[in-house]
Amino acid sequence: MEFKGIKQIAEALRAKDLSVQELHDFYQAKIEKHADNLNCLINKTSELAQKQIQQAQDLIDTGSGNPLTGIPLVHKDLFCTKDIKTTCGSRMLENFVAPYDATVVDNLNQAGMVTLAKANMDEFAMGSSNENSYFGAVKNPWDLTRVPGGSSGGSATCVAAGLVPVATGSDTGGSIRQPAALCGITGIKPTYGRNSRYGMVAFASSLDQAGVFAKSAEDCALVLSQMCSFDAKDSTSAQVDKEDFNQNLNQSIKGVKIGVIPEWMGTLPENIRRQTQQSIDTLKNMGAQLVEIKLPTAHLAVSAYYVIAPAECSSNLSRFDGIRYGRQCDNPKDLNDLYVRSRTEGFGEEVKRRIMVGTWALSAGFYDAYYRKAQKIRRLISEDFASAFAQVDVIAAPVSPEVAFEFNAKKDPVSMYQADIYTIPSSLAGLPCMSIPIGLVDKLPVGLQLIGNNLQEAKILNVAHQFQQETDFHHLVAEGFAHE
Amino acid sequence: MLINRKEVQQIAVLAKLNVSKDEIDTIVTSLDSVVEMINHINEVDTDNVKPMANPMDAVQRLRADVVTETSNKEVLLSMATNADDDYFLVPTVVE
Amino acid sequence: MSNQNTTQWETVIGLEIHTQLKTKSKLFAGTNTAYGGEPNTQVSLLEAAMPGTLPVFNEKVLRYAIRFGLAVGAKVIAKESTFDRKNYFYPDSPKAYQITQLNHPIVEHGELVIQDDKGNDKTIRINRAHIEEDAGKSIHDKYTQYSAIDLNRCGTPLIEIVSEPDLSSAKEAVRYMRGIHTIVTHLGICDGNLQEGSFRCDANVSIRPVGQKELGTRTELKNINSFRFVEKAINIEIKRQIKLLESGGTVTQETRLYDADKNETRPMRSKEEANDYRYFPDPDLLPVVIDQAYIDNEKQFIPEFPAQKIIRYTQDLKLKPDDATTIAHDKELSEYFDAAVKQLGKAKPKVAANMILGEFSALLNANDAKVEDNNISPEQFAELLEALAAGTISHKIAKVVMEKIWGTDSTAAQIIDKEGLAQVSDTGELETIVKEIIKNNPSQFEAYKGGDMKMFNYFVGQVMKQTRGRANPAQVKTLLEEL
Repeated sequence: MEFKGIKQIAEALRAKDLSVQELHDFYQAKIEKHADNLNCLINKTSELAQKQIQQAQDLIDTGSGNPLTGIPLVHKDLFCTKDIKTTCGSRMLENFVAPYDATVVDNLNQAGMVTLAKANMDEFAMGSSNENSYFGAVKNPWDLTRVPGGSSGGSATCVAAGLVPVATGSDTGGSIRQPAALCGITGIKPTYGRNSRYGMVAFASSLDQAGVFAKSAEDCALVLSQMCSFDAKDSTSAQVDKEDFNQNLNQSIKGVKIGVIPEWMGTLPENIRRQTQQSIDTLKNMGAQLVEIKLPTAHLAVSAYYVIAPAECSSNLSRFDGIRYGRQCDNPKDLNDLYVRSRTEGFGEEVKRRIMVGTWALSAGFYDAYYRKAQKIRRLISEDFASAFAQVDVIAAPVSPEVAFEFNAKKDPVSMYQADIYTIPSSLAGLPCMSIPIGLVDKLPVGLQLIGNNLQEAKILNVAHQFQQETDFHHLVAEGFAHE
Repeated sequence: MLINRKEVQQIAVLAKLNVSKDEIDTIVTSLDSVVEMINHINEVDTDNVKPMANPMDAVQRLRADVVTETSNKEVLLSMATNADDDYFLVPTVVE
Repeated sequence: MSNQNTTQWETVIGLEIHTQLKTKSKLFAGTNTAYGGEPNTQVSLLEAAMPGTLPVFNEKVLRYAIRFGLAVGAKVIAKESTFDRKNYFYPDSPKAYQITQLNHPIVEHGELVIQDDKGNDKTIRINRAHIEEDAGKSIHDKYTQYSAIDLNRCGTPLIEIVSEPDLSSAKEAVRYMRGIHTIVTHLGICDGNLQEGSFRCDANVSIRPVGQKELGTRTELKNINSFRFVEKAINIEIKRQIKLLESGGTVTQETRLYDADKNETRPMRSKEEANDYRYFPDPDLLPVVIDQAYIDNEKQFIPEFPAQKIIRYTQDLKLKPDDATTIAHDKELSEYFDAAVKQLGKAKPKVAANMILGEFSALLNANDAKVEDNNISPEQFAELLEALAAGTISHKIAKVVMEKIWGTDSTAAQIIDKEGLAQVSDTGELETIVKEIIKNNPSQFEAYKGGDMKMFNYFVGQVMKQTRGRANPAQVKTLLEEL
């Protein structure tokens, strides 16, 4: 079975050329074959899948449902799924079973999608390589000695290796875009507030946003349209009408103003710069108008982010105290011992590091100098984008300063943090952004980042889709993973 | 050094984490490098900038005062490592 | 120091009052707030701090807090208020942070006038009133090795009312606390039940030599749950501090617990760890933004407070000051009184007050009932008073009628009619009865005729007995005099 896209599968299902069970079995076989080796899954959800297959088939047989009905997917393991383990890649939640479904999970269930598994991830979504999972590192299908990126590395690998057509992810500072780029697939993080955060285990509340991985912009648009909804259970949910992100996909991008940031391009290694420039030139050749822009404060984004995100995380992760759920240490000798040992044993090194950084940044005497200051930088960056979007429709920028790197290549935290140098600015501004594949450098994928103005997902998806009509990069598959 | 051992120990106490003797120096070094990176935020003057707590240009929604929840007692207590039929249990708290 | 024992000390007290708001649901989730439920049955996933759960703000809390601000004449009722997180680990606080308002509270700069110890008016400044979550409860006496945690109270809305350190004695502190209690209960935003913890007080107490400007080191006395204990706890703490300073020691800034059994304060061990709460704006909640119209709309819910009521009762309704005060301070009773007075025609409010504080209150006590149970509606009560004013019944009979109305829908008129309780004012009928009595008591009548005025009362009594109290006393008197 050759995968062409969700729409084609949906048509086959509707035409009875294919049953939901057969579709499931096809992907299930891929999972059986590759998942253990890639270490991209934490828990399989076979029982739930069987139930959902039946429901999906019923929907299709009765002529209801939508193009997503019956389509298999995996969820990043930080979306709460009722009666199924949600580990967040942490020893702390190794056996945690949430008593409810996250809103985005619920939205996708409503469409009749079939959940195959929960995907591996950096512990509590903290990392850029997926080496920080308690369940072990995830391998990049393009080179099994290299990382898939993070923190949604398991989701990205699943899609890149063809184990599922779709995976959910979450992006706090680049956790969808960077692994999408490093794995050669398409991934989108919508505007902050588009997706409900209810039921998505929090890392940094003012930055976390759910999103999607798929092979193409078209598939991303399809899933994102179903995933996003206003949710009264989330005070930061955007009160906007439901939008069909597929509507504008086929518009020509002639005359669309695309902003490029020479300053960023100049910092890229030559081979990645060339590849990136080529993709921008392609857009230009398709009729887009290139405009050079500046984001004067963006170079401080990583520094500001590593105050804000750890600060929020230090508070958000305090609830993991071993008392009501999650790991509790053996034989606590008193309450403090229970707290300290449960948390010290339950959290991995990077999570503890960020909790420490955040605790420090919020502690007495530092709040104004760090947290408040970082929030001010955040506003400046946001204003930089606002000025840029006064001139352009979409910004095209690099995603990552490098291709997938080898395991253990980045031992000091700061060099790892720099991996998100191009993705963090738009995260701080809460803007919709995505990564699309633009070819290989040294046989490894490179991505292009498209950033849109607030709630302008449709615009970046339009540019991405048009680019993918013109190019074949999104069809590239790592050797050994092509669907025969 | 921008952060020292004593400060790291104090932070660990606040965060309810244990830092062992074996790891303290490594942790101090890594936190120090992070703080050094963070300190770049001081390069720009922000005196007249309003802090941005959230990217959403929106205000808090208000919920009507109605009871919508029912008891989750059994589920909640079953999730805890230590609970009896009615309560979560923790080592004795001294007030 | 040589003058140690001659130092005159001055006390400085500030109160933090935690007022539980009388909402149906919790501050950030639709969880029942009713007191006294089975343990852990009123805990939503949010209050259990389940990963992924998020808070949504209860509008009633906002409105109640605004009403409090209006009632204490707050200079600031914030058009934009925000929520902050106060981080600390404690088993009855599952998120390990309390959502509160540090930097932009909803209410600032109010005031309350109390009487100082000399009886003069004294204005106590209220620094702020902010919205925050209550914690759960730890139960320590169920097991020896464990504390048992009940999260039912967790997330119940509170406003913390923080006074400036303007109070100078334990008695003033109690008057202030009572004043705030009166306000929140009359506003109907708090049930005011100290026993159940709906109204709790922490006191910051320090002393300084008279004349010294800067404040002494203060201690914080936690969770004192009665007016009486506030006074005792503060006094014992003042004594302790004076003794400490006069023996050359220093006061340590700390949190202390009042032990009512031993009548002493002692340091709280759980608070020993110097805490750094790492406050920061809660990123799960957005700024609460309201306009002036929203605030103005709450003005309609600000009732008349006791002080204003007392003036109206004494000046307009001519009540005795004591009666006015008693009724005005009891919210339910004063509402009942006002409702009844509204229905009165000929009857005097003063009579209504007498009756309410007398027979009506006795009846409530006897039946172990509350005013608001409405066993006699204000309308029924007013009709009764009208019957009394019209002379249809005597005061004595009124009590009987009241007992018969209790718990029924009957009007006073219906009862009087059915039970034949109307006063006998028919001169003919009364004359017959009087003549009959004279006939049967000739010697007594002779004595009366001979000027024995005790006999006058004897005959009145006999007439009343014969008529079962229904005879119009004035008419009986006239008849006897005429004879």
